[in-house]
Amino acid sequence: MLERTAYAFRLIGAKVVNGVWRVGQLARFFALILLHSGTSFRRLQLTLREVYFSGVLSLIIIMVSGLFVGMVLGLQGFDTLQRYGSEEILGVLVALSLVRELGPVVAGLLFASRAGSAMTAEIGLMKATEQLAAMDMMAVDPVARVVAPRFWGGVISMPILALLFSAMGVLGGYLVGVMLIGIDSGSFWAQMQAAVDFRRDILNGVIKSVVFGVAVSLVAVFEGYDSDATAEGVSRATTRTVVTSSLAILGLDFILTSFMFRG
Amino acid sequence: MTRTTVDLWVGIFVTMGVAALVFLALKVGNLGGGQVRNPYELTANFDNIGGLKARAPVKSAGVVVGRISSIHLDKQHYQAVVTLQMDGRYTFPKDTFATINTSGLLGEQYIGLEPGGDPEDLGAGDVIKKTQSAVVLEKLISQFMFSKAEEGAAAK
Amino acid sequence: MPSLVSLRDVCFSYGSRDVLHGVTLDVPRGKLVAIMGGSGCGKTTLMRLIGGQLKPRSGQVTVCGASVPALDREALYALRRRMSMLFQFGALFTDMTVFDNVAFLMREHSDMPEPVIRDLVLMKLHAVGLRGAEALLPSELSGGMARRVALARAIALDPELMMYDEPFAGLDPISLGVIGQLIRRLNNALGASSIVVTHDVQESLQIVDYVYFLSGGKVVAEGTPEEIRASRDPWVHQFVWGETDGPVPFQVPAPSYEEALLGVQRA
Repeated sequence: MLERTAYAFRLIGAKVVNGVWRVGQLARFFALILLHSGTSFRRLQLTLREVYFSGVLSLIIIMVSGLFVGMVLGLQGFDTLQRYGSEEILGVLVALSLVRELGPVVAGLLFASRAGSAMTAEIGLMKATEQLAAMDMMAVDPVARVVAPRFWGGVISMPILALLFSAMGVLGGYLVGVMLIGIDSGSFWAQMQAAVDFRRDILNGVIKSVVFGVAVSLVAVFEGYDSDATAEGVSRATTRTVVTSSLAILGLDFILTSFMFRG
Repeated sequence: MTRTTVDLWVGIFVTMGVAALVFLALKVGNLGGGQVRNPYELTANFDNIGGLKARAPVKSAGVVVGRISSIHLDKQHYQAVVTLQMDGRYTFPKDTFATINTSGLLGEQYIGLEPGGDPEDLGAGDVIKKTQSAVVLEKLISQFMFSKAEEGAAAK
Repeated sequence: MPSLVSLRDVCFSYGSRDVLHGVTLDVPRGKLVAIMGGSGCGKTTLMRLIGGQLKPRSGQVTVCGASVPALDREALYALRRRMSMLFQFGALFTDMTVFDNVAFLMREHSDMPEPVIRDLVLMKLHAVGLRGAEALLPSELSGGMARRVALARAIALDPELMMYDEPFAGLDPISLGVIGQLIRRLNNALGASSIVVTHDVQESLQIVDYVYFLSGGKVVAEGTPEEIRASRDPWVHQFVWGETDGPVPFQVPAPSYEEALLGVQRA
């Protein structure tokens, strides 16, 4: 019995130590990326290419999801608000939930599974096929040439995707609320404009999405760079990217929200 | 994937992002028409502001004429000092009456301004002297119940 | 004549596993040297030590007169610009065309205008006979072609030292002959020194100037190809003629066969 308990505690201890160790490594890698970011901006073409891969290629899924989330919010919101006779604030409900929370968070989760996993798999495969080692032997730093542009591409793409998600969501809410249910279009927009503040709501949403962009891209490139150089290692790293970055988004969201919207 | 296609698509992508931001700012948010122009500040002291919050609207005859920029407590008189950011297009007489109202039964609270008849107008930094505190629902109910109870006692 | 690369008593281990203990060898300028040995005897490790990707536990690694383990990052990168390595499976950049792969180093390390780069890339591709394949992606190439593209990429900036990691592995006899001749020709044309790590004895004995045999983390034999072919050393004899049993046993050290089988039955 005692032995079992000791074993359980040892397991917990090992997990905690391992976790802290990985976070430390992640922080060191972050510093390394920042240190080697010169190339990404001197040769902007490298970063733009990654904006294409992580941003442009995620456009469809982000915009379609945004539209549907907005439409569902419209339907559900109307159902609840109707009971209190305040259907006209449907626009407020849709817009505030989107720009404050759902836009950055859902777009971030989709970004993690669409672009983050692709980033990890690509870097992991480059490592497994010795492309990174070859680059290093050619006196080209793989962190500067491969990792940093991908990181910055993701950081640039993420807020744009979140904005598009929110905008499409509001349009979706408008479609359902005004076109389908028949709320007055004027009061839909007017109530929304009266309640949504540019700095407090929209800008804070953008800040959130930038933070999520940094978190997801960092986890993605780190897992890729750190993966075991085998097919199994790469697939495990890809899974870890999605899990870790999704959890990071939700955790960071709670922290940011409590700072931004308290009181 | 040639360089020009990447450039083209990234250009389209960024433009769409900017368009979304402009749409959110102007059409969804308050950077469009609802913004306070050429603001000037007024203050008003209330004994009790109830659930009034910063950023709540200031209305006169139902029209939004400003926003509440900050609320703090006056340590000497233990009164709430509310700073109003007024739209520069509107001016109000010196003896304007400020009340704290509620939109609907459970809606958000706002400050309503009822203009008086003074020929002079309130200028930047002036204080609105005539104020009425928020109606606190619990007080109202307890007052009502006490008066009913007294009526009952008197009847006996 | 001083040697371009020299190793003195180099020891190296991955964690607790000893890979090299006390390797000493020299690569003279302009020569083509082969390092041979069975799989897993530390040949690739040796190359990484020379390239500075690994640091020895003890001993000296000197390239172009500089002690590699002592170099800082910048000096190491400066040194690596003078050498080039062909990886086992080419390690071509899979997201670039053949042309961009070969042009990669020129674009990274020089300010040459694009037309000059274009001419140079076509010359390098012509040298390996793949001028027609410039627009293909690495995934569209056969193994032998990929190896040749990697070779063209490796010689892009005319290195002083070429290292080949298993250049013959997994190639058909024709591609094998082609790669072998290319390595020899390039060495002469560039005036470079080359190290070929391989276990393909017959092919490499035809092209190299000098051979080191590596076994158990040590140099067990060395000599010119003629000396090697004529060698009476039982170990070299077994390796060169590909005999299954000899000083290198067929079986990995293990408990006796009978015991293992019976032991399994009993359990």
